[in-house]
Amino acid sequence: MAYETLSAQRAALESGEVSSLDLTNEVLANIQEAQPTLNAFVTVTADRALAAAKASDQRKGADRRPLEGLPIAHKDIFCTDGVKTSCGSRMLENFTPPYDATVVSRLADAGAIMVGKTNMDEFAMGSSNETSYFGNVLNPWDTSRSPGGSSGGSAAAVSAGLVRAATGTDTGGSIRQPAALCGITGVKPTYGRVSRFGMIAFASSLDQAGTLTATAADAALMLDSMCGFDERDSTSLAAAPPDLVAGLGKSIEGLRIGIADCFFDDGLDADNEACVRDALAVFESLGATLVPIELPNLHLSVPTYYVVAPAECSSNLSRFDGIRFGHRAADADDLTTLYRRSRSEGFGPEVQRRILTGTYALSSGYYDAYYLKAQQARQVIRADFTAAFERVDLIAGPTTPTPAFGIGEKVDDPVTMYLNDIYTIGANLAGLPAASAPCGLVRGLPVGLQLIAPMLAEQRMLNALHQYQLSTDWHTRRPPALAGQPQ
Amino acid sequence: MSWETVIGLEIHAQLATRSKIFSGSPTRYGADPNTQASLIDLAYPGVLPVLNEKVVEMAVRFGLAVNAKITERSVFARKNYFYPDLPKGYQISQYELPIVGEGHLDIRGESGDVRQIGITRAHLEEDAGKSLHDRFDGESGIDLNRAGTPLLEIVSEPDLRSAVEAVTYMRKIHALVQYLGICDGNMQEGSFRCDANVSVRQRGAELGTRTELKNLNSFRFIEKAINFEIERQIEVIEEGGKIRQETRLYDADRDETRPMRGKEEANDYRYFPDPDLLPVVIDAAYIDALRADLPELPEQKCQRFQDDYGLRVDDAALLCETRPLADFYEAVAKATAADPQVAANWVLTNLGGQLNRDGLEISHSKVSPGQFAELLDALSDGTVSGNGAKEVFEAMWQGEGRAQDIIEARGLRQISDDTLIEALVDQVIGEFPDQVTQYREGKTKVIGFLVGKVMQASQGKANPGQVNALLKRKLDA
Repeated sequence: MAYETLSAQRAALESGEVSSLDLTNEVLANIQEAQPTLNAFVTVTADRALAAAKASDQRKGADRRPLEGLPIAHKDIFCTDGVKTSCGSRMLENFTPPYDATVVSRLADAGAIMVGKTNMDEFAMGSSNETSYFGNVLNPWDTSRSPGGSSGGSAAAVSAGLVRAATGTDTGGSIRQPAALCGITGVKPTYGRVSRFGMIAFASSLDQAGTLTATAADAALMLDSMCGFDERDSTSLAAAPPDLVAGLGKSIEGLRIGIADCFFDDGLDADNEACVRDALAVFESLGATLVPIELPNLHLSVPTYYVVAPAECSSNLSRFDGIRFGHRAADADDLTTLYRRSRSEGFGPEVQRRILTGTYALSSGYYDAYYLKAQQARQVIRADFTAAFERVDLIAGPTTPTPAFGIGEKVDDPVTMYLNDIYTIGANLAGLPAASAPCGLVRGLPVGLQLIAPMLAEQRMLNALHQYQLSTDWHTRRPPALAGQPQ
Repeated sequence: MSWETVIGLEIHAQLATRSKIFSGSPTRYGADPNTQASLIDLAYPGVLPVLNEKVVEMAVRFGLAVNAKITERSVFARKNYFYPDLPKGYQISQYELPIVGEGHLDIRGESGDVRQIGITRAHLEEDAGKSLHDRFDGESGIDLNRAGTPLLEIVSEPDLRSAVEAVTYMRKIHALVQYLGICDGNMQEGSFRCDANVSVRQRGAELGTRTELKNLNSFRFIEKAINFEIERQIEVIEEGGKIRQETRLYDADRDETRPMRGKEEANDYRYFPDPDLLPVVIDAAYIDALRADLPELPEQKCQRFQDDYGLRVDDAALLCETRPLADFYEAVAKATAADPQVAANWVLTNLGGQLNRDGLEISHSKVSPGQFAELLDALSDGTVSGNGAKEVFEAMWQGEGRAQDIIEARGLRQISDDTLIEALVDQVIGEFPDQVTQYREGKTKVIGFLVGKVMQASQGKANPGQVNALLKRKLDA
C-alpha cells in the first residue's frame, strides 16, 4: 500500500479501496520496523489507533469528516489526554496529561487517527534532534546524518513514509529546517493561526504549530482542520482562516517573488544554491517574476532570537520544579535542593544552557541591553519584511545553508548549531507564515526551498508551492533504503 | 531630636469576581484544599492564561474613585521567582504599565485637617496559593485554591505621617472598595491585606531606610505594628545604629515586629511583558461609561446626608462608613416621619448596639428599615415613650412582630389624650397641695415631683411632655 500522499490515502479510503483499519495496521507495522533504525517515535499508540480506525470505518457518507480515518503522528510536544507527553525530556518522562491540546482535539474531530508521538529535540530546543532524552532521530536519507530539529521525529516519520502527515512546531525553523533536510514539505502558518493551547511552551511569542507532509496540498488539508481562533489562547487570531484546499489551483501568473541577497550569503553551500536557483527558474516559467529586495537588518535575526527565545523559555520552564508533576529528585531534604536536583536531573545540557542564557538576559542590569534591545531589533526586522511585501507577494530562498549534516558534527558547538536557523528565524521573529518544499538533491541529500509570505497569506504561499509541485517531482523522491545503511 | 515618621501602604484587595483572573475556576473562600484549582491554576504544561475582563472594569472603577489616571494601554508582566505556592514559577502582575496611575484620596488628619494622600498606582495581579507548614508532620502542604485569584494592588505615596493616619487611610480604602462593589473587605478571609513601609527621619532630613511590615491583618494590628516599629527604629538610631532594609513580621502575641526568616536574599524578579497575554487596551468611551455608572462614593454621600438630612458631620460620617449601613439609614429616613437626626441616633446607637451584641452585620439585621421606620413613627408621634420604644425594639428584635402590634400587646401605648391627662393632673394637684403651694411660692423645681406622681398614677403611660406642659399651665394659672 504505497500511497504517496495524504491526499492519495484519503482518496483510497473514500473509494473504499482500503479500510482505515488495514491502512493503520500497515502504518503501525512500518513504524515498528523502522523504529530501531530511525527512532522517530517516543510512543506508539497502537491500541487506540486501531480502535479509532475500526470506528472510523463505520462512518459512512455525510458522517465522514475531512481527515476521516487517516493515520497521523503528533510531535511529542502536544499534550494528548491519557497518552504520555515527554517533550523529548527526562523531566516529563513520567507525564501523562489529562487533556488534549487544541491541535490534537481538532485533528481528532476531523477524523484523523493518531498512531503515536514523535521524537524531538528536548523542549524543542535544537536543530538536529540530538538533544532528546530518548536518543537521536536519524535521517532516512542517510542514517549517519541528522534529520534536523526540533521536529526531527515528525520529519523522519513522514520522509520515511511511515505516516503521510505529522504535526510539528516551529519557533526558529523547527518545522522547515527538518523538512528541508528530509526532503518533505513543512509549513509554519502565521503566528496566532493555530492555537498554542496544550502545546508545551518554549518561546511563547515565537512558537507556532504546523505540519510536515509530502506536499503542499497535503499541508493544506491538514491545516484546514488546525487553523482558527481558540478562546483558550489569548494570542489566537480572531480572523477566520481561509479555506486552504480551495485556494489551491490558481495560476501564479504575475506573482512577484522577492529575492534577497542576505539569503544567498557566503554560508550557503554552492550546490544548495544551484538547486534553489533552479526552483526559482521554475517559478518564472510558471509566470512569476523575480524581484530583487533588501532585508537590510536580517543579519540581526540570530542574535535577536537567541536572546528572546531563551528569555521566554527560562520563564516558561520554571513550572518544571518537581512539585506537581514531572521528574522529582529523590532524597532532597530541603526546598532548594529539591528544585536544584529535580531540574538538573530533568533537563539536558542544551535546555540548561538556554535557561541560564535567558535568565541572564532578563536579569537586573541586563534587561535593557539584551531583552529590550532584542525586542526593538525584532521590530526593525518586522519592518523590513513589511516594506519588502509592498513590492513583492512572496519571498523565496534556501531553507538551510547546507544539506543534512552528520550526527555529532555540530552538537558540541552551540553557535554553529544555532547558525543552521539563519534563514528561517526571521519569519518567526516577524510572525510571518513560511514553508519549505523539496527542490533538489545535493550529493544524494535533499535541499529545501523556503517561501515566506505576508501575515495571513498562507493561501497564496501554499498555492505557489502547489503549482511548483505540479511542475516538478522533487516532492516524490523517496529515501533510497531504510536499513541503517549510509549513502 | 524631632522625629518624623514616613509611612507608605501597599494594600492588596481581592477583587470580587466569581472566577479567577486568568482561569474559570471559582474564587469562593473556604473550599477543601485543591478543589478550586484548574489545570491553568496548576500550571500544567501547555496551558495558557485568558483574562477575566471583569477585573479590568473593577480596577478602572477604583481608579476613577481616587481621581487617578487610567492607563489606556496597560501590560501584564511576569514576576519570576520560585516558591511551591507559585505554580508557574512566575506571578502574572503589572510592572511598567499598570492599569491605574497616579491618584489621591483625602483623609481627615488627627487634628481634623484635610490631608491629601497620594496614590502612586494600582495594578492587577494574580494571587499565589497557600502554604500550610503546621498541618503535616515534617512536610508542608500546598493549597492552590487561592492561586490565580484576582488582586488589585494599591500603592500609596509615603505621605502618611503616623500609625493613626495610616489606619484612617486604610479604613477609607476599605470602605471605598466595598462601596464600589469590587471587594468584600473581609480581612479574616484575606480579601483585604496590607503591608506597611515604615521609616523615620529628622524633620527636614532625607528619607530614612525603610522596613516593610507584613502579616498585618486587622486595623488594630496595623496601628500597633507601626507604632512598635517607629519606636524600634528611633531607638536603634538614637543608640547609634543603622536601620537594616528588611521585611519584618508583626507578632500580635508579643506585640513586636521581627525580621522575616528565609527570604533574606533580594529577589531579582526579571520582569518582562507576558507574551501569552495581549496588552489591555481601553478607550475613552469605556472609561466614560464606567465613570457615569459609579455609585455615590462615601465622601459625596456623607456630604449629602449633612445637606439633605441635616445630620451632624460625625454622625453622617459614621453612617457612611459602609454602604449597607448608609443604605439602611437612608431607607429608614425616607420612610419615617421622625426627625432624621433622631433616626440617625437610633440607627447608630440602638440598632448599632444590638448588632454589635449579636455580632451581626447590618445586612443581617432582624429588623428591616421599614419596620424600624414604623417604630420611629410611633416614637415621634407620641404613641410610645422613649423607654417604651426601647422595649418595643428589643421585642421586635426577638421576632415578636411589628411595632404597633407589640405596643398594643404590651400595653405600651402612651396616654396622649389631653382629657385623660388633665384628669390625672387634677387628681395629683388635689393630692399634693403642699407641693403645689411650694411651686407657686417660687420653688419651681418641685414640678418634677408632681410630674413623677402623675406618671405613677398613669402607670408610666402618660406622655411626660404633655404632663409637664399641662401641669405647668395649671400651676401657673
